[in-house]
Amino acid sequence: MKAIISVIGKDTYGILAKVSAVCADCKANIMDVTQSVLQDMFVMIMLVDISEYGCDFANLREKMDALGNEIGMKISVMHEDIFNSMHKI
Amino acid sequence: MLNTTDIMETITMIQEENLDIRTITMGISLLDCADSDIDKSCEKIYDKIIRLAGNLVKTGEEIEAKYGIPIINKRISVTPIAMLVAVSGGDPVKYAHTLEKAALAVGVNFIGGYSALVHKGFSAGDKALIESIPEALATTTRVCSSVNIGTTKSGINMDAVGMMGKVVRRAAEITADRDSIACAKLVVFCNAPEDNPFMAGAFHGVGEPDCVINVGVSGPGVVHAALKKCPDGDLTQVADIIKKTAFKITRMGQLVGTEASKMLGVPFGIVDLSLAPTPAVGDSVAHILEEMGLETCGTHGTTAALALLNDAVKKGGVMASSHVGGLSGAFIPVSEDAGMIAAARSGDLKIEKLEAMTAVCSVGLDMIVIPGDTSAEVISAIIADEAAIGMVNSKTTAVRVIPAIGKNVGDELEFGGLLGSGPVMPVNNTKSPAKFISRGGRIPAPLQSLKN
Repeated sequence: MKAIISVIGKDTYGILAKVSAVCADCKANIMDVTQSVLQDMFVMIMLVDISEYGCDFANLREKMDALGNEIGMKISVMHEDIFNSMHKI
Repeated sequence: MLNTTDIMETITMIQEENLDIRTITMGISLLDCADSDIDKSCEKIYDKIIRLAGNLVKTGEEIEAKYGIPIINKRISVTPIAMLVAVSGGDPVKYAHTLEKAALAVGVNFIGGYSALVHKGFSAGDKALIESIPEALATTTRVCSSVNIGTTKSGINMDAVGMMGKVVRRAAEITADRDSIACAKLVVFCNAPEDNPFMAGAFHGVGEPDCVINVGVSGPGVVHAALKKCPDGDLTQVADIIKKTAFKITRMGQLVGTEASKMLGVPFGIVDLSLAPTPAVGDSVAHILEEMGLETCGTHGTTAALALLNDAVKKGGVMASSHVGGLSGAFIPVSEDAGMIAAARSGDLKIEKLEAMTAVCSVGLDMIVIPGDTSAEVISAIIADEAAIGMVNSKTTAVRVIPAIGKNVGDELEFGGLLGSGPVMPVNNTKSPAKFISRGGRIPAPLQSLKN
């Protein structure tokens, strides 16, 4: 089972580090990362595996929400299936 | 990995454009609960609903958490209660109170099926149930009622139409102190579908399995936002954009329905491909029509724009789902749609135009507030007109009007929540259809019913 973490907000230092730290803490294995900075806006999308090491999905989401509030970024954690079902036939 | 643009599109749809699953509705057959003793019958109903739907709300919340998509309502539909009244006799309102108690216990906000199917005539239990509707709806908050008074196959039961005018008025009168809320929970149908997940008209048809999960999707805001990106395209392009968007919206419904069915161990019935508005800003069907180029919803061209929208929603949605059913189409409930409310308030949207619009979309004259002095005969005639459109066009039509007792054009009713608020709309009250309605009998089935 995989989840997609998206992070959007004003660019600053250490965003990737903080998000990765929460992933490590929650046992979510990072499989792919793509990020870009467009006119000061930081956009990162991360694909994580949440089944291999026993990650608690609700816990991951809660911690990411808290991190988002703390650093003033919009972080959402969503199950991969929702994107697959919407964009792949 | 998935394309970044696709991922951002989905997130924007949910977070900014009000994409949600409008309802997961569990259909439950109560046929095995029928007992000649009404109290025993009620007890069996309560037990069965608790047994099957006990985990419905919790499961809905788990799916919401898993996929990050809001599921606004978790609801239940049951076998038309008139069938149980036929076996047990007694006061039908007892069943309404049982349904209310069960809905409260499992935590659903509406339970539909205080219903009777009388399109060809009344059988045992039907008349008693219909007569009890005002009291049942006035003394409960979560029970929804519907009556099917016509079909393409059987014609229109004008005796039932006559009765329903009186029932709607009575329901408004006895809840006048609560903005006639009982009428917001009462739908009069022609060609009622048996698998509709949307309230207030949901009931669990006799051809359905013992228990089933049906899903209703939403997303006018998403369609509106997609059209905004194409301000100058021609109508072929507009239809294509709506189709593509409807496909994506419906895929969510299919995913959630499949998951809910797996988690609850109940078969998955259908996805209802509907654009269901809410009073929230950015969630309006009227605003989609206006985005297509109408200065306001209700002006000439509205019926054509709505026909295009309704057809494109179906074409896009049908491939996204394995089974499609229910009402499937764009809804135009006046009080539940910010754009419709504005157009009705300004006088640009009239009841006659709404009637024309119902010929090309789902469902009918829905959530329309009419003057408090509208007579039962006029309400019956409104129902008959709407049923005739449904009967001849082999489609579902319905009437959910709310007579605003003691109020007139210029006043408004406030229902709150998803039911919204509505201005009183003028009705042609000057000449009476009373003689036509009092004739009773049946309007014969049209020629298009003879398809064999």
